[in-house]
Amino acid sequence: MAKKSYSFYPGCSSQKAASASNYMVSVNSMCETLDIELNEIPDWNCCSASIGYAGGGELPRLALSARNMAISEQANPGQDIVATCAACWLATKEAQERLHDDDTLMTETNEALAQAGLKLEASQNVRHMVEVLIEDFGYDELGKHVKKPLDGIKIAGYVGCQTNRPFGIDGESYENPKYLDKLVETMGAEPVENYDQKVSCCGGALAFSEPEKSQALIKDIIESAYDGGADMIVTPCPVCQMNVEVYQDHINQKYKTNFKMPVVYYSTLMSVAYGGSGKDAGLDGQIIKAKQLEELASK
Amino acid sequence: MTDANQQMVEQYRNNFLREVEDNVEEGEWVKMCMQCGVCSGSCPFGPHWEHPPQEIFMMIRAGKRDEVLQSDSMWMCTSCYNCIVRCPRELPITHIMHGLAHYAKRLGIAPKNQPTQKFAQLFWNNLTKTGRVNELKLGLALYFMNGIGEGIKTSLKMQKIGLGMLMTKRLTPMELIGGHKCKDAKGLQAILKKAEELEAARIPATGK
Repeated sequence: MAKKSYSFYPGCSSQKAASASNYMVSVNSMCETLDIELNEIPDWNCCSASIGYAGGGELPRLALSARNMAISEQANPGQDIVATCAACWLATKEAQERLHDDDTLMTETNEALAQAGLKLEASQNVRHMVEVLIEDFGYDELGKHVKKPLDGIKIAGYVGCQTNRPFGIDGESYENPKYLDKLVETMGAEPVENYDQKVSCCGGALAFSEPEKSQALIKDIIESAYDGGADMIVTPCPVCQMNVEVYQDHINQKYKTNFKMPVVYYSTLMSVAYGGSGKDAGLDGQIIKAKQLEELASK
Repeated sequence: MTDANQQMVEQYRNNFLREVEDNVEEGEWVKMCMQCGVCSGSCPFGPHWEHPPQEIFMMIRAGKRDEVLQSDSMWMCTSCYNCIVRCPRELPITHIMHGLAHYAKRLGIAPKNQPTQKFAQLFWNNLTKTGRVNELKLGLALYFMNGIGEGIKTSLKMQKIGLGMLMTKRLTPMELIGGHKCKDAKGLQAILKKAEELEAARIPATGK
């Protein structure tokens, strides 16, 4: 397949030494195999995710995403905007739709953007990386590049919230999306059937402000993966990844559980299956080590 | 009671629904709620809301202004979007909750010690300073948002998680001195300032 090029919005957590820097590492490795060119939006800014609303009103929050889209239209014309972070994708896509549908907001947004010499049409599609994989490549094509099938590894596909609602992936249901399971299968691993927590919420940003309430949700997400016989959990979202991985000690203390469940990204799986090293796949970024993937990557 | 709040009370008298429709993000949808309760039943934090979304919508129509705006309910929204995709009338419930929370905050009557209210403001302050989130400073601000004593306790509790993030290079102490930022942070701030002015002109009582 010919090289595919996208206007890329990495987001704050994907930056060097930030909380999802390991996600970025594995995405780069995956994109190299698939001949995907990610053209970073120059000088992009934070989208304020879904938690900017205390300080930011509707228009200032839209203006954040509008600045990114305006720069993208200038720097990477004709390309779709692609985000790897669920919250970045959601905030940008919401802004794109709302500005498109509301002339007042669009006029005011452009008035604000003019302060920095920018202008927005909101004409570029805004997509999540998994949409690109499924729609622009498809499972068959993704499977063709597998060099080391993830044989014998059982994986719970935790889709979470914001990659799934309100937009989701075309052709998938909100309540039981199958794409992550299909990706797991395509990489040669075994998906956990009927993983009942696959679209449950981990608390999102409220894991910071309401840790106990959120950890009660996270406990169910991990417990159900164990019940399904999972060796690890896979997710497309940086917030899901972090929340489900890093609080396991606290949950163990509180609930007398014995969790030690690795939580990886779809791109981690793909990088390893495509023959990448542990470093390529960002496995050194796992706080709870994904030993089976490490072994396979070092073979 | 703040001046802005007093002005809104006088302007709208007993018509809180109209006030919400005029001033709250996506507020024009509130009257469409048919009280089925699917939103409340779908909410992951449902049991923790003093008034779940369905109740909030009815209370708005019943003119329970203080009870709604001073409640910590809307601050329980995790932005999971379950309610949005399940609502039979397709109300943008998540956005209405964010809008109500923001409106209460603008009027200066949101619950002062509500942890998400505080954290969300810290997040906004953090990101608008340089244009990008500084995760280390945000984390520290969060731990110490209820004072030094509690901050030290929380920091100790989080020590092992922080260490794990450092060891895996998903956190760096360098963020304390410099850190990631937008080159044109000034341009971004000018954009935001203008956007705030334009919005304040539409919601006059809350103009800063």
